[in-house]
Amino acid sequence: MKELRLMKGNEAFAEAAIRAGADGYFGYPITPQSEVMEYLMAEKPYERTGMVVLQAESEVAAINMVYGGAACGKRVLTSSSSPGISLKQEGITYMAGAELPCVILNVVRGGPGLGTIQPAQSDYFQSTKGGGHGDYRLLVLAPSSVQEMADFARLGFDLAFKYRNPVLILSDGAIGQMMEKVELEEQKPRLTEEEIRKNTPWATIGKTKDRERNIITSLDLDSARQERHNHKLQAKYRQMEEEEVRYELINCDDAEYIIVAYGTSARISQKAVDLLRAKGLKVGLLRPITLFPFPTKILQELSKKVKGILTVEMSAGQMVEDVRLAVGNQLKVEHFGRYGGIIPSPTEVVEAMETKIIGG
Amino acid sequence: MADMITKEDIRKPENLVYKKTDLMTDKVLSYCPGCGHGTAHRLVMEVIEEMDIQEKTIGIAPVGCSVLAYEFMDIDMQQAAHGRAPALATAIKRLMPEKFVFTYQGDGDLAAIGTAETIHACNRGENIVIIFINNGIYGMTGGQMAPTTLPGMKSSTSPYGRDVQMMGNPLKITELVAQLPGTIYVTRQAVHTPAHVRRTKKAIRKAFENQKLNKGLSFIEIVSNCNSGWKMTPVQSNEWMVENMFPFYPLGDIKVND
Amino acid sequence: MAKVIGDIVIDIEKCKGCGVCVPVCPQDVIALSKNVNGKGYNYAESVNDDCTGCVNCAIVCPDGVITVYRKKIE
Repeated sequence: MKELRLMKGNEAFAEAAIRAGADGYFGYPITPQSEVMEYLMAEKPYERTGMVVLQAESEVAAINMVYGGAACGKRVLTSSSSPGISLKQEGITYMAGAELPCVILNVVRGGPGLGTIQPAQSDYFQSTKGGGHGDYRLLVLAPSSVQEMADFARLGFDLAFKYRNPVLILSDGAIGQMMEKVELEEQKPRLTEEEIRKNTPWATIGKTKDRERNIITSLDLDSARQERHNHKLQAKYRQMEEEEVRYELINCDDAEYIIVAYGTSARISQKAVDLLRAKGLKVGLLRPITLFPFPTKILQELSKKVKGILTVEMSAGQMVEDVRLAVGNQLKVEHFGRYGGIIPSPTEVVEAMETKIIGG
Repeated sequence: MADMITKEDIRKPENLVYKKTDLMTDKVLSYCPGCGHGTAHRLVMEVIEEMDIQEKTIGIAPVGCSVLAYEFMDIDMQQAAHGRAPALATAIKRLMPEKFVFTYQGDGDLAAIGTAETIHACNRGENIVIIFINNGIYGMTGGQMAPTTLPGMKSSTSPYGRDVQMMGNPLKITELVAQLPGTIYVTRQAVHTPAHVRRTKKAIRKAFENQKLNKGLSFIEIVSNCNSGWKMTPVQSNEWMVENMFPFYPLGDIKVND
Repeated sequence: MAKVIGDIVIDIEKCKGCGVCVPVCPQDVIALSKNVNGKGYNYAESVNDDCTGCVNCAIVCPDGVITVYRKKIE
């Protein structure tokens, strides 16, 4: 039976991960996401479901524990915040190369460097363009509510296993810390060894007589084979672009102008849309839910109907580049952002729309 | 009398006393002639065969000369990022406590870039086996100075010999991990003579038996040669190892908690 | 009196001619050939019939190319 609770975003994610049948969580404390591991440790999922929870010696070790577990076909996850996610990039690119499924939560804080512990969206490039070395993509989900923090834990595993690829949940300090009502799914059973052998025949869980040994590696010293492997990865990313684009349209039917914003910025922008509508301005909101794959097609369709697009991001302007790539030079596209841990106010967004787009 | 026995009479299956274990694949090892890696690989596989745990064993290959260990060992294997093998092994063993898990790592992997992962896995007492090949040099990248390069020893990045004032001291990580409460068995062995090979195999067997009994982490250092990196013939390099490596890295058990 | 007689079979194409087996043989059975294999290595070969099948050579061979047989003779 589904259950209603009032929870922090970080806690909702942790509880949802247990209920999604996760086998293991490996993490390292960092503000503003430490509640994920704190919640798991307090909840003793090893007694509830047998799920392993381990505090690693570093983010580097944590993501490599995730690699080890994922290579066994297990549902494994980690969470961190921006500086910690930078440390995890090595493990993430190895996982992308070795085609390993996992869920990674980034509760973003302001950077660069140690930056601040306040919310930000300045890890968009890192998240959507690869992040580590080599040609690869993560499937990136951007929650804008505590409910989505919970929902995406489960969806994340489904997508990660569908594509044998890491899924990144790009949240931020505001969504991680705020409390909202959340509807939690029923407990899903953890995978049995038989299911793992059947569903993920590539998993390294012991070579039985009836099959060749399984090898999980991202290494191929033969360039021709490495290029073929890269073609295969690229085909997978193209398939994601065909099948996995997710977004939400708010007041876009009659819109003359639209705001594109995700996560916390989308919630603020939704209020700004109301304020602009109250002034008689026909403004809508496109909220990308997947940041990779990016909702390019719907943007292209909307661009034929509207007079201008404002992106609102808690960064100096990162997603705006993907919006411009989608719509080309035919349409005015401007960026409004606050960053370094500052959250924009709805009136600032209204003002930006009026000065940069409508009156600009 | 022996003159009447032909080679064909001797080479019969019932007379077979040693052949390479089937758990080593038929692929030609990528190691240089005389390199101890091949022997160390084979000993691990012989122990797994003798314990009949092939179906339950997961090995972790490192970055370094033995990065391709999975090409030669006929078991399920994962290849880790540089130095991270103990982190992978930690998760695998915790997620599947009934399996046997070992890492196979060189000195650069285990004692330089992976020091944190090594020490913390040992300190947590992860129920795994770590096989640590120490040849005092970075072999794969072409003979650079390793954390275990001896004082005065030449390498491509210490071309005038390791100057400890400038480059720091070699790290005796095996003695270090022996201090940690999580290690149950810590030993240093070698594979250059038949007697040493037999002792090393016993040590590896003991390590896997420890894992079977959930006793904690077993850590086996194998002091080995790198004739290419040391710029010697294989036989010379073994002699040099005995004269120079063994005094600094003495062989034998360092910690045995039975 | 019972006596043992041994023999070794060397996979000469996989032998890398490292020579580690040569000094460990108590009977001086093994030497490196003057000939080379397909890889250009002077491979190891038996040079006499004194092998006792002690397996020393096989267990120190890094490439596992030596197979050993031993037969008891009454």
